Amino acid sequence: MGEAAGRLSRMAGRGDGSVIGGKIGLWLEPDLLSMLAAGRQVVLVTGTNGKTTTTRLITAGLGALGQGVASNSFGANMEEGLAAALGQSPNAPYAVLEVDEKYLPRVIEATAPRVVALLNLSRDQMDRAAEIWLLARRWRDALRAAPGTRVVANADDPLVAWAAVSAASVTWVSAGQRWREDSWCCPECGSHLRRDGDDWRCGECSCARPRVSWVLDGGKVIDSAGRAHELDLALPGRANRANAVVALAVVEVFGVDVAQALPSLRGVTSVAGRYTQVERRGRPVRLLLAKNPAGWLEAFDVLDPPPTPIVLAVNAQEPDGKDTSWLWDVDYRVLRGRRVFVTGERRLDLAVRLEADEIPFELAGGIDEAVDRVTGKLDVLANYTAFQQIRAALGRVS
Amino acid sequence: MIGRPLRLVWVYPDLLSTYGDRGNLLVLVRRARLRGIVTDAIGVNSDQPVPRDGSIYLMGGGEDLPQILAARRLRADGGLAAAAAAGAVVFAVCAGYQLLGTEFAGDGGQPVPGLGLLDIRSGRGERRSVGEILADVDPALGIPRLTGFENHQGVTQLGPGARPLSRVVRGVGNGDGTEGAFAGRVLGTYLHGPALVRNPALADLLLSWAVGPLWPVAEQYENWARRLRDERLAAAAP
Repeated sequence: MGEAAGRLSRMAGRGDGSVIGGKIGLWLEPDLLSMLAAGRQVVLVTGTNGKTTTTRLITAGLGALGQGVASNSFGANMEEGLAAALGQSPNAPYAVLEVDEKYLPRVIEATAPRVVALLNLSRDQMDRAAEIWLLARRWRDALRAAPGTRVVANADDPLVAWAAVSAASVTWVSAGQRWREDSWCCPECGSHLRRDGDDWRCGECSCARPRVSWVLDGGKVIDSAGRAHELDLALPGRANRANAVVALAVVEVFGVDVAQALPSLRGVTSVAGRYTQVERRGRPVRLLLAKNPAGWLEAFDVLDPPPTPIVLAVNAQEPDGKDTSWLWDVDYRVLRGRRVFVTGERRLDLAVRLEADEIPFELAGGIDEAVDRVTGKLDVLANYTAFQQIRAALGRVS
Repeated sequence: MIGRPLRLVWVYPDLLSTYGDRGNLLVLVRRARLRGIVTDAIGVNSDQPVPRDGSIYLMGGGEDLPQILAARRLRADGGLAAAAAAGAVVFAVCAGYQLLGTEFAGDGGQPVPGLGLLDIRSGRGERRSVGEILADVDPALGIPRLTGFENHQGVTQLGPGARPLSRVVRGVGNGDGTEGAFAGRVLGTYLHGPALVRNPALADLLLSWAVGPLWPVAEQYENWARRLRDERLAAAAP
């Protein structure tokens, strides 16, 4: 029945068919997730940004074991999506699941994971998500209650580190933190944090960055034995190199070393349509997805250098968060020197925002209107539903 | 213009800047510049003293713990209260608005003393108010309907020393049909984050409190903000 609904969803063009099957399954059986996870080695991946990509990279790395890996590779990351992914691969002994930040405590309880990977925490869709200090505290409580779980955590994000430190065993990774607007204060006592490069410590209590065993160092990863390896990923940008280092630390728990895993990580070229390059009316168009200020900051790092034009596309539907305030947390001045098109259902919000930063922009009714106005290549940065609309307009590229 | 630049002080962006609060500072700087007014905009973190010589002070939104910490530090510092007593303009949204009052609800619902710059008291409501808000402003202030987004669980009661900023047309606001409060040059609202973006007349009101009457902004510089404002007013209309 679930499978039929998944086919229906795909036929109706509503999605990747990955959520609806699970929704009907859960309706039939409330303990489905625990039952489906039983007997498997489960990895959960969560954080504000990078979940889908890191999940994909871990799945690729575990491929070295030569056994089946179940995964919600299309980013359906609430309980229905997880159940659907497990149900589709009933015999896979491994499961790598990205989990919505809010659901992590429940999913830890249901799946008894071998590893939980914590990437980062920053402001995101505040109209429907919990406040992030509250989220960190719930993670902390859930991890304390799961002594059999190993945590792989980004030590450079103070909120993440504070949440992870309660776990019985932690692999600390220096994955960096570019967005710092949500971590000026100590998660433990609220005092202003002292920050020096990636290092941080509280001036008033004992909260401090833990000692790390994995490090992202420019284009290299330094593994837990202190050996440096060039990453050479096909995926662009600092954020993806950080995701790869977390993925490498996770697969090491399963006995896969860097030399075994790296070739598979390098083989990942796009993730559910992200980073995909497509031809549209003779112009190469590259699609980037980012949903919040930290994500946009990292995405700007990945852009082709000026004068390659960029399309910014923003919607404010339910999955995006209905509040566009976050656009004011992003600094757009790095976009100077290129043509900027604004589109999406909330393009006027973008227009006013760019005007405040004195960035010239052009309104575009849709992606093709922008494509028609440029001659060479084009970068597209969109938030969630705007991205899906553009992907559909370009023919559901993967 | 000769003389000292207009000093804008963003209070504690490290604690009170949940979602786009920088927008209010950017809008004030821009609308001042369009009148040839030079500004000096600074952010003051919670480990620094709040300067007393600002013309306009801004406070943003924050989660429970940062809000409590900000109240404690601002009371100990005294700079904001001294500036307000000397006639500075104070504009605060959401958690910052509650902080201006005599008390607000802490993380367990317990009352926490605020700054006492506005005669208001805030507690915690039954449910979170999230969504578009429209409100008609006190006619004495002479500015059009407010449009914004609210996201809070506060319920705020006004005492005799404060007047409601507006009456809710859509949304929740203070919880009794009113929205926000003001007294003298201190003004607070539940419209969160970049509240001035869709309400340039409110931005101009704050600027005029600081520098006196303003001439209108040339049409081509109003165009985008007006289109956005019209779109949101129409989208949220009851």
